Amino acid sequence: MRLSTGDPRLRAAAYQAAALAAVILLGWYLVSNTLANLEARRIASGFAFLGREAGFEIGETSLIAYGAADTYLRALAVGLANTFRVALIGIVAATALGALIGLARLSRNWLVAKLAAAYVEFVRNVPLLVQLFFWYAVITENLPGPREAVEPLPGVFLANRGIFFPVPAWSAVHGWMLAATALGAGAALAHARWARRRQARTGRRPPVLAGAAALLVLPPALAWLAGGAPTRFSVPALAGFNFAGGAHLSPEFAALTAGLIVYTASFIAEIVRAGVLAIDRGQFEAAYALGLRRGLAMRLVVLPQALRAIVPPVTSQYLNLIKNSSLAVAIGYPDLVSIANTTINQTGQAIEGIAIIMAVYLTISLVISALMNWYNARIALKER
Amino acid sequence: MSARPMIELRKVSKRFGDFQALKAIDLEVAPGEKIVVCGPSGSGKSTMIRIVNGLERHDSGTVVVDGIELRDDLREIEAIRAEVGMVFQSFNLFPHLTVLQNLTLAPLWVRKMPRRQAEALAMELLERVKIPEQAGKYPGQLSGGQQQRVAIARALAMRPKAMLFDEPTSALDPEMIKEVLDVMVELAREGMTMVVVTHEMGFARTVADRVVFMDQGEIVEAAPPQEFFGAPQTDRARLFLSQILGH
Repeated sequence: MRLSTGDPRLRAAAYQAAALAAVILLGWYLVSNTLANLEARRIASGFAFLGREAGFEIGETSLIAYGAADTYLRALAVGLANTFRVALIGIVAATALGALIGLARLSRNWLVAKLAAAYVEFVRNVPLLVQLFFWYAVITENLPGPREAVEPLPGVFLANRGIFFPVPAWSAVHGWMLAATALGAGAALAHARWARRRQARTGRRPPVLAGAAALLVLPPALAWLAGGAPTRFSVPALAGFNFAGGAHLSPEFAALTAGLIVYTASFIAEIVRAGVLAIDRGQFEAAYALGLRRGLAMRLVVLPQALRAIVPPVTSQYLNLIKNSSLAVAIGYPDLVSIANTTINQTGQAIEGIAIIMAVYLTISLVISALMNWYNARIALKER
Repeated sequence: MSARPMIELRKVSKRFGDFQALKAIDLEVAPGEKIVVCGPSGSGKSTMIRIVNGLERHDSGTVVVDGIELRDDLREIEAIRAEVGMVFQSFNLFPHLTVLQNLTLAPLWVRKMPRRQAEALAMELLERVKIPEQAGKYPGQLSGGQQQRVAIARALAMRPKAMLFDEPTSALDPEMIKEVLDVMVELAREGMTMVVVTHEMGFARTVADRVVFMDQGEIVEAAPPQEFFGAPQTDRARLFLSQILGH
C-alpha cells in the first residue's frame, strides 16, 4: 500500500485527529481557566453547601414539607417535585388536547377543521414566554382580589391569588373509597381481558368502556354509602385578606401549566395530523372495502400505523415541555431552576448549581427517551 | 339467467371537477357472471368498479347491489361492502398485522365471528391461494405475487357474493402474474360473480362471459370474448386491441 496525501483514508484519519486535539485543548483551557478563577476569588468548590440551612421560604410546597430552616438539598427537592408536578400534568393534558385538535383538523366538518387550524397557527407562532406572561396577567391582573372573587360555581372562587375550590373534608371513609377504587381498577382490567376472550370465543364483544366505567364508579360509591355517606366539604372561605380551607391552585402554577399545555398541544396536534396523513389512502380504502366503519378503520388500521410516525417527534415534544417548564422562573413559580437560582445567589456555588440543573434535566430527558424508544421498538413494523 | 342481477348500474354519471369520468353508464351483472373490463387509461374503468362498493360516490343514476340500492346512508354502504370483495392494484394489505391477522380482522369485527372459527376460515383460504406457510409472516416479508394472493384471500374471508378486481396484476413483476391469475381462474370456476378490470387478454379469453370495453367514460362495446376479440364492432375497440395485442 502506498501512502499519499490523496489517500482518502489517510485524510480522514488526519482530520479526525485534528478535531480531537482541538476538543481536548478547548476542554483543558475551560477547566484550567475556571479553576484559576475560582482560586483567585477564593471560592471553595464542592457540594458541602447542600447540607447547610437554606434560610428562604418557598411559596409552593405541596408534595414535600419544607420550612426556611431546612437544608438546600431539601429546597432543591421541593423545586424538583414542583417541576415534576407541572411536567406530569402538562404531558398528560397536552397529549390529550393535541390528539383531539390534530384529529379535529382532519375532520370533514369545515368549521371544526378551520377552528383547529386557527388554534395551531396562532398558538405555535407566539413565543411561549409571551404566552406565560399572558396567562399570568389574565389571572393576576384581570381577576379581582379575594374579597371580590368571581364565583362561577358555588364554592369555587377565581381571584388574583389563584383558584380556590372545595374538597371533601378528609375522613376514614375516603381511605376506604380509595381502596375500593383501586379494587375497581383491577376489576376493570380483568373485565377488559374477559371481554377480549369472550370476543375470541363467541365473536360478540361486550361493552368494554361501559363495564370499566361502572367498575370504577360503583365500588367507591358503595364504600361511601357503607361509611355513612359523609357529605362534609372543606369549603374555601374568606379569612382576612385571603381564603382559608378548600384546595388552592396558585396563579403561578395555573399560568405555567395552562401555558405549557396550550403551547405543546399545538405541536402535538400537527404531529398527530401528519402521522395520520402519512398513511396511504389505500389503507382506508381497503378497510372500508372490507365493511369496517370509519371509527373502526381508524382504530384498528390507521392509528396503529400512524403511531410509528407519531411517537418519536412526540417524545421530543415531551422533552421540550419539561425543559420549557424552567421558564417558570419568569413568572415566579418555584421550580427546580428557580430554586437553584436562589441557591446560587445565596451560596455563590454557581458551577455546582448549574451542574445540578444540567444533571437533573439530562437524567429526566434520557429516562423519557429510553422509555419512548422502548415503546417505539415494540410497535415497529416488521419487514423482511 | 336468474331474475335479479347481482350488480345493476343505470345511467350512472360521475365528474371529478371539470373531468367527466363516467357518462350515463348502464351495466348489469348476473349472479355467477364474469365480466372483464378493459379500455385505455382514463376511460373510467376503475371509477366504475369503485362506485359499485361506495369508495366513490356517483353524481346521478342508480346503483343496486344484491337488491340494495347504494344511497348516502352509511349502513347501506357498509352492508354492500360486506357482501362485495375488492382487490386493489397496490394490494393494500395492513402492514402492521400478520397475514393471518389481515384475513381475520374483518370477520372478527364486522361478521362478529369467534376467533377460532375466523382463524380456521383464514387457514382454509390460505390453502386455496397456496400460501398457508406464510400465515405468521408480515406483508413486508412477502413477494408481490404472494401479497396479492393474500389480498384475494382477505376479501374472500368475508364470504362475499361478488368480487371486484382493480387491475390486480398491473403492479406485479411478469413472473408473478401467473400465480395470481391462476387463483382468479380457480375462483371463476367455483362460480364467483366477478368484475375484473385488467389488460390480461388471455385471462379474458379463458374466463370472461362478457368483455366490456370502455373509452372516455362510456361503455363502447360489451360482448362475449370470441366476438369482441374476433370481430370488434367499433374503430375505438379495434384501435385499442391493435395497441395492446399488436406486438
